[in-house]
Amino acid sequence: MRTNKYTPYLFLAPYLILFTVFIIVPIVMAIGLSFTNYNAIQTPAFVGLTNYINLLTQDTIFLQYVLPNTILFAIIVGPVGYMLAFFLAWSLSQLTKLPRTILALIIYSPSMTMGVAMTVMWRVVFLGNQSGIANYVLTQLGIITEPIVWMLNTTYILPIVIVVALWSSMGVGFLAMLAGLLNISPELYEAAAIDGVKNRFQEVFYITIPSMKPQMLFGAVMAVVNAFQAGNIGVMLTGSNPTPQYAAQLMVNHIEDYGFIRYEMGYAAAVSVGLLGIIYAFSFIAKALFLEKD
Amino acid sequence: MAIAGTKVNPKKFHRNQIPFYLYLVPIAAFMGAPILYIINHAFKPMDELYAFPPKFFVSNPSLINFRNLFQTAAGSSIPISRYIFNSLIVTVAVVLLSIVISTMAGFALSKMKFKLKNTIFEVNNAALMFVATAVTIPRYLTISAVGIMDTYFAHIMPLIAMPVCLFLIKQFIDQVPNSLIEAAQLEGAGSFRIYRKIILPLTKPAIATGAILAFQAVWTNVETSNLFTSSEGIRTLSFYMNTLTGVGTVQGQGMAAAAALIMFVPNLLLFIVMQSSVMNTMAYSGMK
Repeated sequence: MRTNKYTPYLFLAPYLILFTVFIIVPIVMAIGLSFTNYNAIQTPAFVGLTNYINLLTQDTIFLQYVLPNTILFAIIVGPVGYMLAFFLAWSLSQLTKLPRTILALIIYSPSMTMGVAMTVMWRVVFLGNQSGIANYVLTQLGIITEPIVWMLNTTYILPIVIVVALWSSMGVGFLAMLAGLLNISPELYEAAAIDGVKNRFQEVFYITIPSMKPQMLFGAVMAVVNAFQAGNIGVMLTGSNPTPQYAAQLMVNHIEDYGFIRYEMGYAAAVSVGLLGIIYAFSFIAKALFLEKD
Repeated sequence: MAIAGTKVNPKKFHRNQIPFYLYLVPIAAFMGAPILYIINHAFKPMDELYAFPPKFFVSNPSLINFRNLFQTAAGSSIPISRYIFNSLIVTVAVVLLSIVISTMAGFALSKMKFKLKNTIFEVNNAALMFVATAVTIPRYLTISAVGIMDTYFAHIMPLIAMPVCLFLIKQFIDQVPNSLIEAAQLEGAGSFRIYRKIILPLTKPAIATGAILAFQAVWTNVETSNLFTSSEGIRTLSFYMNTLTGVGTVQGQGMAAAAALIMFVPNLLLFIVMQSSVMNTMAYSGMK
């Protein structure tokens, strides 16, 4: 539509101002602070790449626990969770409307339990004594004999955190892919059948995914964001940062540990920048896979 | 007919759909079970919370946990009504404001022509990946620099600009036919009038979706209370509920379950009411 030169900016101004102040500025600040030594009281002192060098050479907790945990967590909750979301959405799209809507609602609902509800739910399920439902079921099945103190047991914390994160990961991206699947024109499938597509596997790879690339990309981006936003689950479930013996310590927790507990904000900022870099790398892969070339 | 018996979005039941049910139903059961358990838990009287072996379903539902929850609140210095009031103000403000600014920005990005249009949309797309917890510290410093620490604004302002809301709304506005806007312009309608009379009414599903996403982001948010406020009287219900979630004691467990339910149910109801709008919006969610 035709407008004068300033109208678009007038409409954009409120969003852009808040977006800049609360999203862009913090990112730029994180990058700036990562080159300094800053304890939140004195002015930041420029230290060059020291924080990054320390992070990659001196920080044994980071190298021994945080980084491997984060990579494992991110790969399972990100790509694996994403494939699971697509698989579930695809399966649902093969059903009639009413059962599909009901099942989709149930599968989506865990993603609405962010925060308090999620913490309580899983703490109660994984209660550390014999009246906890997880312990009870496993005892009945003969898998364990003694109740496990889940939230203090370093073997189980990370797997539990991963399961909970996967459980709650069927969110907006899942819905977008489901909507995308339902909008593919039936004629495409009919034409494909005539052209010799024989089974569902071929159908998914030659017809379904190529016809909904834009939704696949949106879903992938949401999966990446979700995987990193879920980083707080370990701290919420165990109720402590650091998590017991750093068993479920992820980069997000490491940032808070250094930033708000030790007040080494420059160092924490360097970890933040590293984390943003990893998120960006994931999204780069997603775009390489699904972005349609003009 | 595509592959025998298979069809996307079929109208009728066919026995070829049975295999899908065979795994979808157990998966849905696994995903729904914790929620069902916590709902039952919240209504269990003391003896059932204690019961061994633990019971999944409640047999004599009671409201004792909810009563305990409110009584505990009455014993503290801040009445629970204060937290509820704070949460309502903050939630309503965030939802309304984020809808207003996202629809305005979405309108400009979708229908107007200007130099930085593509750049701004690309930057917003990149920001879809923004994870607030990654830059908690600079956000904290920003909020203290803006001077809104420990006010309602500290809960509201950082949450209003949601890249995913703008993205979904903008994609939806793309579907509004340009001829409609041109016709209105010929009749002398200005940009703001077009925004109010054409864009807003025609993007209701996307607005509903944006509202849900904003609601989810703000209603359960504990971080803004934890980090950006220091006085108890300005904190929100989710923060207060979070302080009650210690499940060490049996009584605490029941109260925590009740608290969890209070936080979860509004989310669920809102989504059920608006689910068809959400699915309608998601159909246009593709990133090209």
